[in-house]
Amino acid sequence: MALTGVEIFKLLPKTNCKKCGFPTCLAFAMKLAQRQASIDLCPDVSEEAKQKLGEASAPPVRPITFGVGDKSIKMGEETVLFRHDKRFVNPCAFALEIKDTLSEKDIRDRIEQVLNSEMERVGQKLRVDAVALMNDSHDTSRFEILAKTIFQNAPDIPVIICSENPSSAETAVKLFADRKPILYGANLENAEAFANIAKTYKTILGVKGNNLDELSSLTEKVKSLGVQDIVIDSGARKAKDILRDNTFIRRAAIKKNFKPLGYPIITFAQREYSLVEALIGTIGIAKYSSIIVFSSIEKWKNLALFTLRQNIYTDPQVPMQVEQKIYKIGEPTTTSPLLITTNFSLTYFIVSGEIENSKVPSYLAVIDSEGLSVLTAWAAGKFTAAKIAQFIKDTEVEKIINHRELIIPGYVAILSGAIEDKLEGWKVIVGPREANGLPAFLRSKL
Amino acid sequence: MAFTPPTESYTGKVCALTIGLGDKAITFGGENVLPFHAFEGSIPNKPVIAFEIQDIPPDDWPEQVRKPYKDVANDPISWAKYCQDTLKAKAIALRLIGTHPDGENRSPEDAAKTVKDVLSAINIPLIILGSNHAEKDASVLISAAEAAKDKNCVIGKAQEANYKTIVAAAMAHNHKLIAMSELDINLSKQLNILIIQMGLERERIIIDPMCSALGYGLEYTYSVMERIRLAALTQNDTTMQPPMLGDVGMYVWKVKETQASETDIPNWGSVEERGITWEAVTATALLLAGADLLIMRHPKAVVAVEKVIEELV
Repeated sequence: MALTGVEIFKLLPKTNCKKCGFPTCLAFAMKLAQRQASIDLCPDVSEEAKQKLGEASAPPVRPITFGVGDKSIKMGEETVLFRHDKRFVNPCAFALEIKDTLSEKDIRDRIEQVLNSEMERVGQKLRVDAVALMNDSHDTSRFEILAKTIFQNAPDIPVIICSENPSSAETAVKLFADRKPILYGANLENAEAFANIAKTYKTILGVKGNNLDELSSLTEKVKSLGVQDIVIDSGARKAKDILRDNTFIRRAAIKKNFKPLGYPIITFAQREYSLVEALIGTIGIAKYSSIIVFSSIEKWKNLALFTLRQNIYTDPQVPMQVEQKIYKIGEPTTTSPLLITTNFSLTYFIVSGEIENSKVPSYLAVIDSEGLSVLTAWAAGKFTAAKIAQFIKDTEVEKIINHRELIIPGYVAILSGAIEDKLEGWKVIVGPREANGLPAFLRSKL
Repeated sequence: MAFTPPTESYTGKVCALTIGLGDKAITFGGENVLPFHAFEGSIPNKPVIAFEIQDIPPDDWPEQVRKPYKDVANDPISWAKYCQDTLKAKAIALRLIGTHPDGENRSPEDAAKTVKDVLSAINIPLIILGSNHAEKDASVLISAAEAAKDKNCVIGKAQEANYKTIVAAAMAHNHKLIAMSELDINLSKQLNILIIQMGLERERIIIDPMCSALGYGLEYTYSVMERIRLAALTQNDTTMQPPMLGDVGMYVWKVKETQASETDIPNWGSVEERGITWEAVTATALLLAGADLLIMRHPKAVVAVEKVIEELV
């Protein structure tokens, strides 16, 4: 549990020397409690106090960067159980498993799939982030071939090296020593050997317990052997157990500040049926996994899971916005209707959806209202006659349509006169108040 | 450091609600914990999925989801029987979309006849939905509720603009009621209070906080559902304790991702699997947020979601 200001105060020298820049030790303690100052500002604090404070102020889920360079992945740092409380911080990474029992051609195919997985959605580039090398053969030389093939064909993709055999593991890890891979497979039997490999090659260590109790003692053990960066697996594979263990892990870390489980979670979601696998992935995305390993990454599945990850990890305090521009719906021509609305994503989705339902090809002008919906934007002065008129001029929509009619939302009917005053030659038409009135409205204009 | 499971207990409980009659009646809700948290409380009933059908042929449904019903969808009776007998549906949701004034504008009497016909063809519970035209729904649902008198159906959706007549119809003919508000926990609570004040017991209400599809506002529905469920359980807010509905199919099968062909957008992969996955992922996310009742369209999506429900309970 994080320390309170008064608890921190007790650890300080209580000299009120002001060297930290704050008037009193108590004031400094309060700033420390709010994490707005660093203990390093105090030159006289004891080492013991420093250590206590350091432990207490560490984030409940350890921040870890997996991989290096542009494709590296940030994990951990989460602070809440529910996304409406505060934004979930680091979107979970998706990894494709590649078994060392596959032929070299199949291995290359799978690497290609990962390399070609990038898609763009609402302005974000999304992709399968990592590969998981599986030592299913239990053979060291086959595992080495797999590791080499991946190293040669996709050198910058973060890798998870999965094996329970220390010599297989070390052979593969060597190749990726400066790439911050995850070495996954430390368990009760091999923890010491794996901790040593992880330390030697500076990898993140993936620890697997058969339950949360065993997992907790394992992370304590590898930590005592000098490994700091850990990802954890409780052994849960069934949906029910994944949900339970992930919930316990997140709660223990955040509500109890239970350090042995304060690490990112790795979830193995592989299933025979790809659709069911996607739904296990859905549970991992919604419920606290930091890495999810899949057995296949078809494009349709990726698109759905990328989108879900984006939805769940959106900041609930900041309205999602779409880009300000003129959107084409259907295949509009120079005579098609022109409508205007605001750039709150939900407003855009609903309005464009209803225009699509109408089957009347149209232009939809979306104005930047800082993500506010129509009425709110109007009330806040972000959806005014002057702004609308200016936007219509700036977009030069007059060059793509040969009529001069602008349809505005029914809720802002009051603006119609003012817009006409500011837009010479234009006629403003008041549309329906609710988007669901659009199909009938648009069809009646044909 | 020994690990102690950080279980939590809750003061409130979700209402259990039974629909239908006889041995085909089904009960959902009743849990006193967050979704699928059986490790710290009791979950007496599983979530239920109802198959969506409608009174007129589904010409506005995309090809991928019309296909499974191509031989039956011209007639709501054969469509309902197909869902019950072949697809083993546990419940059916009949949407009276043909009554919409901008569409076929069918009369309340037509709607009542369709309801009667469907009810006589099936023995599983029936959910009767209007066309989501507030004014017309009021008259349509009065007739439909009467036609289904004492069959213990669900009728809806009652909204702020039309709840009075629809609540009265549910009370008069012994049905359950869907109360829908638009993505706002306070509006949802407000509507429930108004309905309860009219005399309908809260044990007969299903909350619809309004669905949204994956990629099209799903996070709003997800968070509103989570907040409603937390209010019900941790604050013991009795007006927020009715079970929740995810009206998934209707929202999912109109977004671009469920329709655009692979030829048009090669990077999105197979349109058939994409559509099914879109519906199943949306449904699963809402189950995790607290939905107890789902209305879905594609049989393969239903099968997959039911499989995951089995794994979660």
